[in-house]
Amino acid sequence: MKTESYLLLLFAAFGAVICAVYWFTSYEDAGTVMLAAFGLLGLLPGGYYFWWSRRMTPRPEDDPEATHAQAAGVVGAFPSTSIWPFVLGLAALLVALPLVFGFWTAILGFTLAISAVIGVIVESRRGGVL
Amino acid sequence: MTLIAERPGVVGHPDEPEHEHGPTGIMKWITSTDHKVIGKSYLITSLVFFCMAGIMAIMMRTQLVSPDNTIVSQHTYNELFTMHGSLMLYLFAGPFAFGGVANYLVPLQVGAPDMAFPRLNALSYWLYLGGGVTMIAGFLTVGGAADFGWVAYAPLSDAVNSPGAGPDMWIVALLLTGFSAIFTGVNIVTTVFYLRAPGMTMFRVPIFTWNMVVTGILILLAFPVLTAALVMLWADRHLGTHIYSVAGGGVPVLWQNLFWFFGHPEVYILALPYFGMVTEVLPVFSRKPVFGYRGMVFATIAIGALSTSVWAHHMFTTGVVLLPFFSLMSYLIAVPTGIKFFNWIGTMWRGSLKFDTPMLFAVGFLIVFLFGGVTGIFLASPPIDFATHDTYFVVAHFHEVLFGSAVFGGFSGLYYWYPKMFGRMLRESLGKASFWFMFVGFWVTFMPQYLLGLHGMPRRIAEYSASTGWTTLNRVSTAGSYLLFIAVAIMVVNAYVSWRRPIQAPANPWDGHTLEWATSSPPPHHNFYRLPPIRSERPLWDFNHPEHTVRKYEEQRHGAVPAVAPAGAAPAGVAAGPSDGGDAR
Repeated sequence: MKTESYLLLLFAAFGAVICAVYWFTSYEDAGTVMLAAFGLLGLLPGGYYFWWSRRMTPRPEDDPEATHAQAAGVVGAFPSTSIWPFVLGLAALLVALPLVFGFWTAILGFTLAISAVIGVIVESRRGGVL
Repeated sequence: MTLIAERPGVVGHPDEPEHEHGPTGIMKWITSTDHKVIGKSYLITSLVFFCMAGIMAIMMRTQLVSPDNTIVSQHTYNELFTMHGSLMLYLFAGPFAFGGVANYLVPLQVGAPDMAFPRLNALSYWLYLGGGVTMIAGFLTVGGAADFGWVAYAPLSDAVNSPGAGPDMWIVALLLTGFSAIFTGVNIVTTVFYLRAPGMTMFRVPIFTWNMVVTGILILLAFPVLTAALVMLWADRHLGTHIYSVAGGGVPVLWQNLFWFFGHPEVYILALPYFGMVTEVLPVFSRKPVFGYRGMVFATIAIGALSTSVWAHHMFTTGVVLLPFFSLMSYLIAVPTGIKFFNWIGTMWRGSLKFDTPMLFAVGFLIVFLFGGVTGIFLASPPIDFATHDTYFVVAHFHEVLFGSAVFGGFSGLYYWYPKMFGRMLRESLGKASFWFMFVGFWVTFMPQYLLGLHGMPRRIAEYSASTGWTTLNRVSTAGSYLLFIAVAIMVVNAYVSWRRPIQAPANPWDGHTLEWATSSPPPHHNFYRLPPIRSERPLWDFNHPEHTVRKYEEQRHGAVPAVAPAGAAPAGVAAGPSDGGDAR
């Protein structure tokens, strides 16, 4: 986990330095704000990973000498099929289309989105069927 | 159905072929959350958009073949170059890399059973498809598709200058595909951080996956800015705000600042994955480890970081940006790119090279991208940029960079991983013919465009008069674009032939280095039954060629684990066929 945190903190450090340099050479607002946000993008997750990497038990994927037997067991639960991403994607399209056309597709879109959210939660709880 | 994925062991699991027991056909396409199915869907969809955008390019080149040509109207021409750019950049080059190839390969390369968030992955595909169809559907509206260029500069993109539904559909399409890219970026970064196999430390992850991590971070950095800028553009068009219009006290150049703060990292989002692909191909076909692994990783990180602070080199002629800062930063980015070139050449240096089709495309990438990169250094100099801005010189430059990476690099990756993805080989003869048509066609198309730019031909014009003297060069360029069309057509024929008359692909046809070749072609559900021990950045090579295994890894292990795993522990794929790629085909 340390390498991952260093990667993000490296981006954060670069963002902070370049933000300062840019502000004091150009005094331009938009770019400075975006560069500061870039620094924060590295700092927030990177800082959390750094904090956590000093407290967690070491992981086999960070150990250059780890064997597969050391990490035997369950990796995680991965749903293999689910209709809800498709429904949610369709809902997002219908919610976005009123930016061009009439508002009525949004009603259908929000209905589908709510049902998809319920569907995903139910699926996650009970192990899920199609 | 949710399946619990167990870690694959070195020993113990039987080699039973697992039958697909999920839905098939169109229901598989719609409901699958398997990263391999989604990756292939992304791949095929993005290639369809690539072909559409290519046909638009052919139409534009045909229009420009002679002076005062009227094959398409001015208005149609504007729509064509806008949609060509939008399709190629937003719907092909990015999604092909991070949605298609990376989606398929990142879990395989780190030894994971799937992406970290499978349903989010599926959602991102549907957002992408919905957005893409919305963008194309702009052609069906009364006013036609968006026609303000793929960069949509204010005030050209406001409601007065670009009325109609087409531009709004373009905005909606980019909002949807933007979210799809963000979700995929989150997924890739999380997968690499949390689902690596034991022993796969960050500095053993293949370079392609490393590049995808940096690409993922760049996506998280860039796309939200685009989304925010588009929402404000929409508000300007419909809600009467004046964020980008001088009339109401807004700042038109703010759009350029926001767009290019997205746009320049986006260029590297489009380039870094393809750098990764050729970095996988070159060592395998040179039969050497990649030269300077850590140098490659740090060069990638440096390119990613520097790409955030060069955006205004697209805006030198606006007169309101700090020229020295952006010029210097743009020059600096040549340093890590130069390191990459040095390492690519170092990888091939004194290797035993095999010029199969993936290798040909990878070498083609090196040559083409080098020329594009060098002209990029020209353009980073403000005096040269002032003279060539918005001419065909710039058009030729970015086609050389983006065609070089997305098409030469992308086809290299496609030929390399096609056997793994589809379980069958592509024909070498057709592949080589495709390469040579593309390589020759590429230079014939774009070298004249450099000259046209130096002769002052502006980009985005539908007609020119004979007195300008641009006719001959335009004719040559159009002829070259037809060669490119033939090259892509041969590629399509090749895929068709492999579909109708399949040649079964072995698990490891190229004698690959990385974990994706340790499983069968195509991989089973949840990817691996067994994994070789991971003790270097090329675990499968170590496993297949123990005589070459680097001495220091053995010493580090104090002899506790034998260099060769017990006979029963062969990875599923290795036992299935000969591992020496040269003879396997």
